[in-house]
Amino acid sequence: MPVLETEGLKQWHRRTGRESLGHWVMWLIGVAVFAYCWQQISQATTWFFVWDAPTIAEDIWTRATPPKWEYITQLGKPIWDTLNIATLGTIIALVLAVPVAFLAARNTTPSALVIRPIALLIIVATRSINSLIWALLLIAIIGPGVFAGVIAIAIRSIGFCAKLLYEAIEEIDETQVEAIKATGASRWQVMAYGIVPQILPAFAGIAVFRWDINIRESTVLGLVGAGGIGLQLSSSLNVLAWPQVSLILLVILAAVVISEWVSAKVRGAII
Amino acid sequence: MSAPDTDLQRLVGKPWKKPPFIQRNWLRWTLILGFFAYLVAAFMTIEVNWSRVYEGLERGKQFVLAFTSPDFTTRSGDIYEGMVESIVMTVAASVVGIGISIPIALGAARNVAPLPVYLICRSIIAISRALQEIIVAILLVAIFGFGPLAGFLTLSFATIGFLSKLLAEDIESMDRVQAEAIKASGARWSQWINYGVQPQVMPRLIGLSMYRIDINFRESAILGLVGAGGIGATLNTAFDRYEYDTAAAILLIIIVIVMALEYLSGIIRARVQ
Amino acid sequence: MLRLEKLVKTYKTGDQALKAVDLDIPEGQVLALIGPSGAGKSTLIRCINRLVEPTSGKVYLAGNELTELSAGALRKERRRMGMIFQEYALVERLTVMENVLSGRLGYVGFWRSFLRKYPQTDVDEAFRLLDRVGLAHMADKRADELSGGQRQRVGICRALIQDPALLLVDEPTASLDPKTSRQIMRLICELCKERGLAAIINIHDVALAQMFVQRVIGLRFGAIEFDGPPDALTPDVLTTIYGEEDWEATIEKIDGEDDEAAE
Repeated sequence: MPVLETEGLKQWHRRTGRESLGHWVMWLIGVAVFAYCWQQISQATTWFFVWDAPTIAEDIWTRATPPKWEYITQLGKPIWDTLNIATLGTIIALVLAVPVAFLAARNTTPSALVIRPIALLIIVATRSINSLIWALLLIAIIGPGVFAGVIAIAIRSIGFCAKLLYEAIEEIDETQVEAIKATGASRWQVMAYGIVPQILPAFAGIAVFRWDINIRESTVLGLVGAGGIGLQLSSSLNVLAWPQVSLILLVILAAVVISEWVSAKVRGAII
Repeated sequence: MSAPDTDLQRLVGKPWKKPPFIQRNWLRWTLILGFFAYLVAAFMTIEVNWSRVYEGLERGKQFVLAFTSPDFTTRSGDIYEGMVESIVMTVAASVVGIGISIPIALGAARNVAPLPVYLICRSIIAISRALQEIIVAILLVAIFGFGPLAGFLTLSFATIGFLSKLLAEDIESMDRVQAEAIKASGARWSQWINYGVQPQVMPRLIGLSMYRIDINFRESAILGLVGAGGIGATLNTAFDRYEYDTAAAILLIIIVIVMALEYLSGIIRARVQ
Repeated sequence: MLRLEKLVKTYKTGDQALKAVDLDIPEGQVLALIGPSGAGKSTLIRCINRLVEPTSGKVYLAGNELTELSAGALRKERRRMGMIFQEYALVERLTVMENVLSGRLGYVGFWRSFLRKYPQTDVDEAFRLLDRVGLAHMADKRADELSGGQRQRVGICRALIQDPALLLVDEPTASLDPKTSRQIMRLICELCKERGLAAIINIHDVALAQMFVQRVIGLRFGAIEFDGPPDALTPDVLTTIYGEEDWEATIEKIDGEDDEAAE
């Protein structure tokens, strides 16, 4: 924080002249970029529809209320499918994520030059692509249905779980591992006694956390045809059956709230 | 030394078993059996058309091979437009979303805001978090029509729920002494926020913002599926036409941009901390 | 029993932690290794069981050369060397019993250890050792529920259940209060005598070392500066090991092996 001398008086400034200039240029660029983006969006928008939006919203609201409660009898199977997609997907993902995490962690990888980059690539690739896109891809390959949903969720979750898990592995206390090594334990025994007990709580936390997210994601997989309650949502939207749509949205909301509550409870019990 | 001796006599020669994680027998067995019963039920009800899956393996192989020769050129115009739209939506939505989340985060921190404001802000966060991006996008497309405006609004709305919640938690857990010291100097509320609160939560705000930009970009790639603009529409068309090489090209671009964003956010977070 | 020949360790950073150390330890001798921080005490101990790979030199344990061994053969030899750590290094989330039994890992197969199905003789021995250190009633407690002194006792049990010929002890008392430190040192030395074990004890506390051991080695900059009985440690010797300081207060006359005979 510089002190400038002007006319014999000491003046304190937060930044030097050059610093504050740089600051202003940064802000200017930022504002320009934002203005450009906004202009792009604005160009692609039919503003006539937007000005009409309140009427349309009101129209949809009156049509969607009250929800068609008796439709709920047909939602039992889709909800069960949604639960299965999330749970089985999470289990498969965890099984696959554990070896990937061990190969990716600096302190357990067999080869930092060859295998670790491959493991990291798997993590980044599976993580950066949304489960809906994986579902699209799998439907194109193996056809629509719950199975495609399970696999899509599983693939998407591998990267997420493996990333958190390998960070946990890198943070373990090495002296405990050293102590097990010193007893003459084999490589696998060192793993089972020195490393696994230390990462088990993190593992359980990650599993429940990801399961919670997967419940959310699997509710919408049906939009692209990968099973679950999203399928009903999609078909109701196609025929503009708004009372059914509102009921389905309520059910999804309830599922999300319940899964969040369950995962919070389980995590509380573990830690 | 007689007491420990008999103690030892009692222990030696008996097998030892690790005490189970869940002490109560009935509860443990109920959980284990319940879990396996669920697994069996789940597997029974999943209908897998194995012959279809088997047929699909060939296409799966083609797709994997497509990654070795992605086709950037055939639909380069569509890809370029879609990507620019995704990026534009990401940037605009992140700026607006972060701008709105800051006041809401302040309102949702119990140590800064009065109770009525707190409750209002918390319910905004709860609504935003409970609704999935894609569902919000469907509704907004129905209301505002097709195009990136719906996507932009969706991402801004989702950013508010995510960022406000985490930021509010951070404000609530900040060091109270520092903030009190500013208050004790006779500062007004706005000055107190500026001097006592802002410096403490700034690094976290920047880190979270970077993370959210990353998420917004990834989400912008799927909004096109429901007509809310971005690369998703192009991707969907590519899959529908079985143009795996184009799809692979798009996915590769997404992966590279996400990696670049992660790298960038790593650098920025390291600098602010 | 244990013989080191020209043991050298140079770290990648270029620091020479050990400079051609020669050492010969007969059967059943308890030896204290003293010296300032960074003198190479920990490195020396870890080079013996190759937790740290020595750069050059030889280590003979009961006639077997260790530095050239393959991974499998090294594991077999490590069973003969029990190790006790500064911060206890128990696996915190396992029970006391599992921690003690983990000393047998070198003897049992993977699946047996994974399923915790240790031979009955191992379990009995574990209970005997725990009883010897006064912790038999704690067997099913988790290690992170114990106090520092109790944890170190479990660490001692884990080292002893290996049925070692040599104990490598790295700063056993550094994290303990003075009274517990004495108890732990006494316990280690008593157990060594009972079982005829040789031991190398790394220790900061010179007075504590003098109290319990038969031989003291002084290490400075990775080289041996002093080798002799504990009462030969004069202020002059300490000055050559540690540097200039008033040592009179440190070298206590060890009179009246007093107080805490009963714990």
